[in-house]
Amino acid sequence: MDVPSGHLDGELPTRTAAAVAAGNLAARLSKVAGGAGGIIGGRVTLALDPNALARLCKDRTVALVTGTNGKTTTTMMLAKAMSVIAPVATNHTGANMPDGLVAALSTDPTAPVGVLEIDENYLPKISDAVQPAVIVLLNLSRDQMDRVGEVRHTERHLRTAIARLHNTTVVANCDDVLVTSAAYDAPRTIWVSAGGNWRGDSTSCPRCGMRVHGGATDWYCDCGFARPTPTWSVVDGKMTSPTGESVELRLRLPGSANEADATLALAASTHLGVPLRPALERIRTITGVGGRYTTLVRNERVVRLLLAKNPAGWAETLPLLAKSPDHPIIIAINGREADGRDKSWLWDVPFERLAGRTVIATGERSADLAVRLTYADVAHQHVPDPYQAIDSLPPGAIELVANYTAFRDLKSGLSNGS
Amino acid sequence: MVRDSVVRIGLVLPDVLGTYGDSGNATVLRKRLEWRGYRAEVVDLAVGEPVPSSLDFYLLGGGEDRAQTLAVSHLTANPGMQAAAGRGAVVLAICAGLQILGHDFTGTDGVTYSGLGLLDVRTTPGTGARAVGELLTTPDPALLATSMTGFENHQGHTQLGPNARPLSKVVYGTGNGDGADGAYAGHVVGTYMHGPVLARNPEFADLLLGWAIGAPLAPLEIPVIEQLREERRRAVQAMANRRKRLLKF
Repeated sequence: MDVPSGHLDGELPTRTAAAVAAGNLAARLSKVAGGAGGIIGGRVTLALDPNALARLCKDRTVALVTGTNGKTTTTMMLAKAMSVIAPVATNHTGANMPDGLVAALSTDPTAPVGVLEIDENYLPKISDAVQPAVIVLLNLSRDQMDRVGEVRHTERHLRTAIARLHNTTVVANCDDVLVTSAAYDAPRTIWVSAGGNWRGDSTSCPRCGMRVHGGATDWYCDCGFARPTPTWSVVDGKMTSPTGESVELRLRLPGSANEADATLALAASTHLGVPLRPALERIRTITGVGGRYTTLVRNERVVRLLLAKNPAGWAETLPLLAKSPDHPIIIAINGREADGRDKSWLWDVPFERLAGRTVIATGERSADLAVRLTYADVAHQHVPDPYQAIDSLPPGAIELVANYTAFRDLKSGLSNGS
Repeated sequence: MVRDSVVRIGLVLPDVLGTYGDSGNATVLRKRLEWRGYRAEVVDLAVGEPVPSSLDFYLLGGGEDRAQTLAVSHLTANPGMQAAAGRGAVVLAICAGLQILGHDFTGTDGVTYSGLGLLDVRTTPGTGARAVGELLTTPDPALLATSMTGFENHQGHTQLGPNARPLSKVVYGTGNGDGADGAYAGHVVGTYMHGPVLARNPEFADLLLGWAIGAPLAPLEIPVIEQLREERRRAVQAMANRRKRLLKF
């Protein structure tokens, strides 16, 4: 696919250019005032020009990345891969709603490629405006149902939005039943067997409601809805492309979820004209994504930060924890608006597998977790303050798994020497 | 019931009524029995499989509209749970599960579907905003002495007929939509509380277990559960205070 050459600020419609300039100014002022900058800039731009998003994407090749888990990682991977052939504008900070997108595009108005992480519930609105070349659909599972509703509603909204995009290729994980349903009616699809350890939301058919038979790679429903044949796949770190070429991914990020994300990113970048090998080389340079997998040191404790905010995320995290059986584990659970206030999902995680490990429950909703661990027969300490939890362990390696705001706060707190 | 026999707990259609973590109720029942020296077994009763009438306990969880109609058609064709309820087995149904136990329920599509008729209730879509948040109630004193805490997330408005009693009175939250939450008749109980409800309300869990075993159970001392209950009560109090403040201005 041809990537259009970049345009200059002056080539944007005057209103958008002025709105972008005002937004960038607001972002700079916010940063001077100690804020993060990006989102306020996007808000200012959108207020002055509600169509800014469409205009900022008009002459670019745009790829949207969405799904419940792995959006930030896959966006970073795809942006790295696309950077082989052209400069890329991307919202690598995880600001994935319209203001965050506008902010990311405004700071880089001449980059001919945009790779954007999109909140799955905003995708319909944004894909209508942007008319992307590619949508990457990672996975769909229950997450923050008190805030965004049931995942099956999300799937139906995505399905409708995708069906009306006539010039978009959807790169989709066909091992995920809900993702497949969302992408099934797209005019052009590239199916990727990317696996996934969570099946809890795929037990009944999104098309007819009946029971889905089979496993991740051979599922089908009696109504005829069935797993399509993939052209890309990944098994145990070995990826196979449509030409039949097999490549060891050898990522520096751990675990099968990252291998799935890399395969989906490579399927998308290949479709957009990037040669496979250099794209993979760039993806391999990634060592951390927004603080995930990063180790931070506090009082001789070497803390590895992991993010897990729902049962599907935990299904990928538990195998990772099993690889370091001697490390103590701290689990931090908050219940703020951005986390979802309903903690019932803790009962969908098989914490029983942590029996025998040293485990500490921490965070603002650690009592919910401590009750869950009690019923899982997992001996644990309950230390609501996360820093006290870290200090209560002997010096050495610690695995710290946190949900969204707990992760965010600990990342900045530990980075700043708290 | 003697301690040598196994208490069998059926998780009814976890593949379609398993959206809200309610399968945790089965874990709670099983562990509370095992900790007291009873043997317990959780049986998954999946769509398409027969429903035995021989179990001691049947648990139904939350799910969406379409899951409800699928569940009703399966349970009507395989009426093992209704037969068991007729001889006194315990049925606990949460949210969408409560709705399908009634005579009928009207979906968000405006269509009224028949339920299983195990509880004298009917459900229609509520007219207000979706009820989402903490739910705190005072249970029927004939059942329990301490308050009940849970998390609700539903659109349904449930009305009770003369043959069902409200499970509890709402202190904070929405519940059925008429000042009460849930319903019960004999050993068939329904509530809008997730959490899961039995994890947050151990006395309620033991009440139901006592029914299944045929004798009351001595309480278990698990301080962290009391801590969780106190925390949730305080959270509700804080929200109620905030709401009052908002109303004042």
